[in-house]
Parts: sequence; structure tokens; C-alpha cells
Amino acid sequence: MVMTEVKENYLERFEQFRKVVAKNGQGWLCPTRQAAMERFSELGFPTPRDEDWRFTSVAPIARTPFQLPQDGRVELTSQEIEPFTFPGLACSQIVLINGRYSPELSSLRPLPKGVKVASLAQVLMGDRDSLEVHLARYADYQNDAFTALNTAFMDDGVFVHIPKGTVLQDPIHLLYLTTPIGDPTIIHPRNLIVAEEDCEATLVESHASLRDGVYFSNGVTEVVVGENSILTHYMIERESQEAFNVSTLRIEQGRNTNFTSHSVLLGGALVRNNIHPVLAGEGSTLLINCLYMGTGKQHLDNYMKVEHASPHCDSRQLYKGILAGKSRGVFHGRIVVHKDAQKTDAKQSNKNLLLDEGQIDSKPQLEIYADDVKCTHGATTGQLDENGIFYLRSRGIDEESARAILLYAFAGESLQRMEVEPIRKHLESLVSEWISQRKLLENSK
Amino acid sequence: MLEIKNLHAKVDSFEILKGVDLEVNAGEVHSIMGPNASGKSTLAQVLTGRETYKVTAGEILYEGKNLLDMTPEVRACEGVFMAFQYPVEIPGVGSAYFLKAALNAIRKHHGIEEIDAMDFLALAKEKMKLLNIDEKLLNRSINEGFSGGEKKRNEIFQMAILEPKLCIMDETDSGLDIDAMKVVAKGVNALRSPERAIIIITHYQRLLKYIVPDFVHVLVDGRIVKSGGKDLALELEDKGYAWVEEEAVKSK
Repeated sequence: MVMTEVKENYLERFEQFRKVVAKNGQGWLCPTRQAAMERFSELGFPTPRDEDWRFTSVAPIARTPFQLPQDGRVELTSQEIEPFTFPGLACSQIVLINGRYSPELSSLRPLPKGVKVASLAQVLMGDRDSLEVHLARYADYQNDAFTALNTAFMDDGVFVHIPKGTVLQDPIHLLYLTTPIGDPTIIHPRNLIVAEEDCEATLVESHASLRDGVYFSNGVTEVVVGENSILTHYMIERESQEAFNVSTLRIEQGRNTNFTSHSVLLGGALVRNNIHPVLAGEGSTLLINCLYMGTGKQHLDNYMKVEHASPHCDSRQLYKGILAGKSRGVFHGRIVVHKDAQKTDAKQSNKNLLLDEGQIDSKPQLEIYADDVKCTHGATTGQLDENGIFYLRSRGIDEESARAILLYAFAGESLQRMEVEPIRKHLESLVSEWISQRKLLENSK
Repeated sequence: MLEIKNLHAKVDSFEILKGVDLEVNAGEVHSIMGPNASGKSTLAQVLTGRETYKVTAGEILYEGKNLLDMTPEVRACEGVFMAFQYPVEIPGVGSAYFLKAALNAIRKHHGIEEIDAMDFLALAKEKMKLLNIDEKLLNRSINEGFSGGEKKRNEIFQMAILEPKLCIMDETDSGLDIDAMKVVAKGVNALRSPERAIIIITHYQRLLKYIVPDFVHVLVDGRIVKSGGKDLALELEDKGYAWVEEEAVKSK
């Protein structure tokens, strides 16, 4: 399929889609959708000629004629979704099957007064006022084709609104599950999280599949962190090994805020994890902690753009990757320090372990327009430490176990930063499982 | 217990061991001394199975079996232990986890059931007391951020837990102050037994004041050129290595 046909495909679907949503009381959003679609049509899918996409070809996404999901209900039992939940964690859980909110599988914990957790589709239909101030105001559909596509087609997702001075004890889990059958489908998960002043909350986004198959999840999450609030976001990506996932997390941090982003990328054939925080208010702190583990022919691309737009903000970005088999990892980390963002303290690190024929393209980048700042970045790429392996073996531990122990230790450093214990434990077991499935010995020779 | 016969070994293309002969029996403490670059550490590394050291001739029998046929982990399970000259830091791997895994690997090798966490902790605490080691060490990553003395004590602590039959100490005394050395010596002396042999590799005589050897061997240029009792160590301390080296050249 040539490029123009691809666009035609999306334009055609958009025409049908627009007619449906316009009738759903979403008329107010039509100009935004229209503008986003026009931008997509002008931008087209990015190519490796685009600097931000130098190491990742999205041709497999561009050439697949994805269908919007059919409206038919998918019946799932709570047993089927259990592997994607966190044992021992009291949390509100919003389940979305093939991009659509499932009230039967979702459950809410008692929420403090005024907190709203709802399906975006419902809010889109009835509550224009709560959305209009923030929705599509941060994620950049003017310059990012995938965000443009999502903004044009956004349909369902999760809307969370936390009023001033509210502490949410229990995390909110946004569980996106796909059940691929038949033609490849595309979904456009869209989340909007708004925390007013003095709030605390933890949000967990999971993207997974119940079976193998080709589909494309093109998600956008906008997070607004009000003054003096503390928010944590987890992204757990466990898509089918044949699936495509492009996720964009756009964070707007107000004054004296503290935001933490944890990502673990395990699944997917082609994955792009965009994280774009803007430190818009003074005195804020940001931590981005990401672990990506590839195998087979997976392509895991981490794109990060941290914008220091105000003075006295600290940011840390810690990306770690294990690339096994013939997988390929990308780390493209930009720190942009704006003119007025004096006393910025930004540190970025990217460490990679390559096993078998795994590859990494690492591109740290600093753009500094202020003159009184501390910015550092570093990237390392290597194999497992043979001295460490020998040390363990010299104490009786067999070589395969020694390699597994060191691999686990490498990944463990990222996991240890995750403070919610049941989530960390769940991820630890996923990582252990990943490691136990590698043939470490065979491939080390 | 250990018979080394005409052992030749090289690193890259450099021949370092040029025909070492040594016999060590259970219950004995041997010290191998020698000037820098004489091959002392190479001998220790070859005994533990480091792959960068290639044996080009000779053989090593351990309890009648060909040691060179065994992987490093099998040697460890069979009772060979080396206290490293430079213990490796392994970030992210907890000391307790590591040591319990090692102990259980060895127990499994001998068909003994695995030790559980409670019993392991009790055992570890007992041995830590012996070596004046802070119990917090168990929660830290292996050797990470340890001082030189802590690393060396940690090696002896591991030895005390794993209870090997053949203990090789590679320059354990280097960098230790006198108090730390006494603690290390106390730990090693507690391990002396009729079933166990100890090989102390050192450049200096200092440690041998506290761990008194039964035999002292001098390694010069890849060969053992002189052997004797504990008094030989004192003589070396007194006169240095030059006279032994001269003797060795003359006898060629």
C-alpha cells in the first residue's frame, strides 16, 4: 500500500467515525478532531529521515490496513484478566477491552469525596466542561503524527479528576486488554489525568493481550500535575509479540510538583514509548525510570523529551535495557533547558546489556538555552561482567544461574525504584520469567 | 589431597608457570611465597579454573581426580575455595541471597537437602561474629562499596560458611592493617582441621605470624625453587628474595 492510500484509508474511516461521534453529543470536540486529522494528513507517518525517528521504521504500521474495532461485545471472565492484575494490591481497576470500557470487569475502591474516575467515552458525551480545559491541550497533535491520529480517533479511555487537597491511598489501574481476532485492528486509548493542588495519587497503565495477533494500540495519556502535587505513573507494556504499540505520555508539571514515571516494556513487535514531561512550574522534581527487555525480533524504542521550562527543577532519567535474540532497542533522550530555566539540575543515564545479537542505538541529547544549569548524560553498553560470573561460579553456582543472577540484578536496579510493593513483586516475577526463558548458556558461547 | 605435577600455564602468549610441582595433604597449611610476578596468583587462578589461564602441560589431581577437567563451579562444589586477591563487586546481588545460593548449590551437589532461610541466617550470624562482621553486610550487594578490609574479611566469611576442603588464599593480607589481619587469621585458624588443607599465597611474612604454616615454598619465575618449614618464611623476611633467585639461577 503506498502512502497516499494509507492516508485515504484513515481519511475514509475518519469521515464515517466523525458522523457517528458528532451525533453522540461530542460536537464540541469536532473542530479539534478535524484539525488533528488534517495535521495527520499533512504529516503522514514519520520516516527514518525524520530525526526523531532515525532508528525506527514504522513502515510495518503504515502498510497495515487497520480497522477500527467492531462494536460487538467481548465476554471475558475475571479469571481471564487475573494474570494482568496485582495480587495483594487494593486498587481501583478500570478495564478496557479492545479499547472500550468494560463496566462488568471494572471495579472502583471507595474514593475520596469529589474524585472522579470514569470512562472517557461517557464523559465525552455528557461532561464537556470537565474535559475542555485540558483535553488535547498538551499532547502535541500539530507535530506528532501518532498523537494527531489518536486525537482524531479518540473514543474511549479513562478520565481521572482529583480535586484539591486529595490523597488517593489506592492506586488506579488502567488495564487495556486486547483480544485480537480476524483483521488487524487499531485502538486509540486516550487518558486524561488531572490532579489539582496538593494531591497525591498513583496511576498504573497496563497494555496487554490475551492472545497473539496483529493489532495496533496508539495511546495518548495527558497528565496535569497541579501545584504541590505528587503523582506516580506506571506503564507496563506486555503486548502480543506481533502487536504494535505507540504510547505517548505527556505530563504538565505545575509549581513544586513531584512526578515519577516508571515504564517496563516487555512485549510487542514494534514499540515506541514516548515520554514528554514539561516542567512548567518552579521547584519541581521529575524521575523517569524505564526498563526495556527485548527478545526475538522485537523493536523497543524509547523516546524521551524532558523540557525544563522553569527555574530550580531537578530531573533524573534512568533507562536500562536488555536486548537479547535479534531484538533492537532505541534510546533517544532529549533534555531541553529553556532560556529561563536557571538552576536546572538534570541527569540522564542509559545502560544497556546486549545478549546474543541484540542491538541498541543510544542517542542522548542536551539542548541548553540557559547559562546556570547542571546537566549530565551518560550511556553505557556492554555484556555481562565475566569477572562477576567467574566469582559466582567459583562459589559453586553454575554458569547459567550465575548469568541469570547478574541479569536479574541489572534489571532489579530499575524495579527497586518502584515503591508500590505488589506492583514491584508482580514485575519482578515477570522479569524472572523472562530471564528463565532465555538460553543464557547456549548463547553466551 | 592435591598433587600438582609439572604444571605449565600461560596467559595470552606469556608462559607464567613453567613446571610447578607441589603436594598438599589434608590437615596441612602451606604457604607459597615469592617476589612479584613470580606466578603466585596465576597458580591460584589455575586451581580455581579461570578460563583466561591456559594450562599447556602437566596435571593437577585433587582427591585423585583430574581437577583440570572440572568447571569452576564443580571444583567449588568438590571443596576448592579461593579467597580472591581482588574480590569482585556485584551491584544488585544481595550477599545473603548469593551465599545461600552458593551453599545450596554445594549441598545439592552432595545430595544434601537445601538449607532454609532461618537456618542459613543463624549460621551466617554465628560466622559473622567470629569475623567481627556487621550483620548489615548480609543485606548489601556483594562487596559493593566495601572497604578493602571488609572485602577480605568477607572472603573469609564465605569460606567459613561454605566449609571447603581446600582453601586457597590469594594475597589475603595485602592492604590489611594489623587488627584486620588478626581477625582474618582468627577466622582461618578456626577452620584448620585434619580434613582441611590451606594454601596461603603471599608476598610477605606478616600473615604467617598469625597463621603458622607447616610448609613454605618459594615460587620464582614460574617454578618452586625452594621448600622448607615455617622458618624459611622468617629467613625470606630477613634477607628478601634475591638470594633465593640467585640460588635458582645457579642451579639451572
